[in-house]
Amino acid sequence: MAGPRAPPGSARRRPLSGSASGQTEGVRSDPDRSPADRSYLDHAATTPMRAEAVAAVTAELTRTGNPSSAHGSGRAARRVVEDARELIAARLGADPAEVVLTGGGTEADNLAVKGAYWARRDADRRDVLVSAVEHHAVGDAALWLAQTQGAQVTLLPVDAAGRLDLDAYAAALGPRSAVVSVMWANNEVGTVQPVRAVAEAGRAAGAVVHSDAVQAVGHVPVDFAASGLDLLSLTAHKLGGPVGVGALLARRSTALAAVQHGGGQERDVRSGTLDVVGVAGFAAAVDVAVRTLQEEAAREVALREELFARVRAAVPDASRHGASPDDPAAGLPGVLSVQIPGAPGDAVVMLLDAAGVDASTGSACSAGVTAPSHVLTALGVSEAEARSVVRFSLGHTTTAADLDRVSAVLPDVVARARAAAAYV
Amino acid sequence: MRVLAAMSGGVDSAVAAARAVDAGHDVTGVHLALSKNPQSFRSGARGCCSREDAHDARRAADRLGIPFYVWDLSDRFAADVVDDFVAEYAAGRTPNPCLRCNEKIKFAAVLERGLALGFDAVCTGHYARLQRADDGTVELHRAVDAAKDQSYVLGVLTAHQVAHSWFPLGTSTKTEVRAEAAARGLSVAAKPDSHDICFIPDGDTAGFLDARLGTRPGAVVDADGTRLGEHDGTHHFTVGQRRGLRLGVPAADGKPRFVLDVTPVDGTVTVGPREALAVSHLAGLRPTWTGIVPEGPWRGLVQVRAHGEPVPATVELRDGEQGSTLLVDTDEPLVGVAPGQAVVAYAGTRVVGSATISSTRSPVGAR
Repeated sequence: MAGPRAPPGSARRRPLSGSASGQTEGVRSDPDRSPADRSYLDHAATTPMRAEAVAAVTAELTRTGNPSSAHGSGRAARRVVEDARELIAARLGADPAEVVLTGGGTEADNLAVKGAYWARRDADRRDVLVSAVEHHAVGDAALWLAQTQGAQVTLLPVDAAGRLDLDAYAAALGPRSAVVSVMWANNEVGTVQPVRAVAEAGRAAGAVVHSDAVQAVGHVPVDFAASGLDLLSLTAHKLGGPVGVGALLARRSTALAAVQHGGGQERDVRSGTLDVVGVAGFAAAVDVAVRTLQEEAAREVALREELFARVRAAVPDASRHGASPDDPAAGLPGVLSVQIPGAPGDAVVMLLDAAGVDASTGSACSAGVTAPSHVLTALGVSEAEARSVVRFSLGHTTTAADLDRVSAVLPDVVARARAAAAYV
Repeated sequence: MRVLAAMSGGVDSAVAAARAVDAGHDVTGVHLALSKNPQSFRSGARGCCSREDAHDARRAADRLGIPFYVWDLSDRFAADVVDDFVAEYAAGRTPNPCLRCNEKIKFAAVLERGLALGFDAVCTGHYARLQRADDGTVELHRAVDAAKDQSYVLGVLTAHQVAHSWFPLGTSTKTEVRAEAAARGLSVAAKPDSHDICFIPDGDTAGFLDARLGTRPGAVVDADGTRLGEHDGTHHFTVGQRRGLRLGVPAADGKPRFVLDVTPVDGTVTVGPREALAVSHLAGLRPTWTGIVPEGPWRGLVQVRAHGEPVPATVELRDGEQGSTLLVDTDEPLVGVAPGQAVVAYAGTRVVGSATISSTRSPVGAR
């Protein structure tokens, strides 16, 4: 640990990706690694770190000390974690004791769905109710409970805008309901769910109610106490923090079984040495995202509507999926899901990529083989139509210049993609 | 030009893409996801469709600094290659799925899609050469490395496809390509070659066919129709096969017996001595041409399997009621030619065209 710690935001910071590996000789410079001249419109996949988060992470990178250690170095590290926990709780209407730090949103979702189901261990309550538009982190966890743990899973239907059918939900609830999980806002089409009504009805039926708010926190107002939820998942990198850290907000009274055993950190349900660096960046990002939420949301909504207008100007038969833009509270400010008839989504994304625009066909998928989006098909979109959908997602670094680039390249991109449609 | 480099995750396609980059072209890598349920890891030396192979292709593209995508062609592959493979066996023929994949997927769906998207050519790691003829047309030729030559499986390409293809490895040997991959720091330099059929990773073709066609018992007979034994399905047999006949009684002359004919309609497998396998007349359907269609009978070479010996022959295209038929008379008899196999015709080292063998005749008379 030689040398003084660099001050936060130091201009003399060097990029972390150096060329010191000695393996770069003879290899062409990678165009993918020079993002300066690109338009990044995939903020729902991950959004750039906010300056405040970069500063917090940078400040903590050289710290030594395990937050669980009793000595001075450990106490100092612990203090960083607890300061961060309190800040996250304060910004989200939660008590610090309700913040269970995790390694991200998927882990928080698994801990919520599996942990709540196992903790009940109630032979008379085996029903797990999840919406049909959940992220796989919730949906696949629930299906696994059904396949191996005796759970009975009900997929709750949504309407054409992606909003939960509350009548069908009420009919599915009953004395056998164990866990309910309905996301706060959808990652592919942006639709915001009636979370408070979901929580109220679910708790009245005796169920533990969870919401995956990974896409919502920092983008739409989220107040854990006011929501009535038992459990809520969030992750840092969707709101300007680092990847690999997140949290499950859990009421004190909500019992959870551990999905990861070890040293007993985080209420004994999430063992593992606490990530001081990540948590510090997480809290800084939550703080700035929530404090600037109203003005940033209004800015992104305006950009989103302008983007759709420009898409329509280039592609007159384009349409959109998700909630009506007339109700600002009904959808995420930054998400625009566009149907481009006759143009395969993967071809559009590839051609946009070549033209310097990062967009997506839906959720980022690690597997090579793509299935039609279960979210879109749940909205009643046919499998064929679902293959012609492109998601643009805007964020805190998006500017009008990004829209200009899309406008400039989209007519040619769509023409070529449509020509290629015959060879899918 | 804008080049779409098909990258399987193997060493050949990685080096081919690297050479395209070195030549100064704007190269984009694409890995074809062909399996409906990709395995996580490659098993043995077979296959090219696991997630590990996709990962290897991606890392090679990273190393070359080119954009990379995975294209999902699993639906088309299942319909055009796998289902066709099963149907051909069910009909008593012996298909070559690699050839079929080149014809229907790699140089059809992928190439046409690439052209529509704005690419000028598709580049692959096949061992074959392209030469520009005096008249400006592009000719397809055998590779320099005779042991690796893959011109046979490219015999189904049309002139249009040849004109938009690029095979940068045709002038190299496999040894050179591996050394080059290592020198370039490509992690796939020492990766084993893929063999056999990519969608049957365990190599058990009989089991694969059983699962889809079930058990269809029938008789094993000799040329006179004498019943010699039983079998569980004609799809277990291919012309020229010696093993797995399970005949309790040896032949009268004590010599080994081979499959001479497979007739799924009545479930009959006909066996006989090796001499009876010799054929010198072939008829092929669905002819394809890599360039100008030759008129009248012409002298050339024909090859009936991927690494078979080319033999001199007289080749003629004849129009009939069922479309054009390619007629081949070989100077020397060929042994073990099964309907369903492709016959590829060459003029010297140049690939002229191909056809799917529909019938064969031995030198001494029809069989």
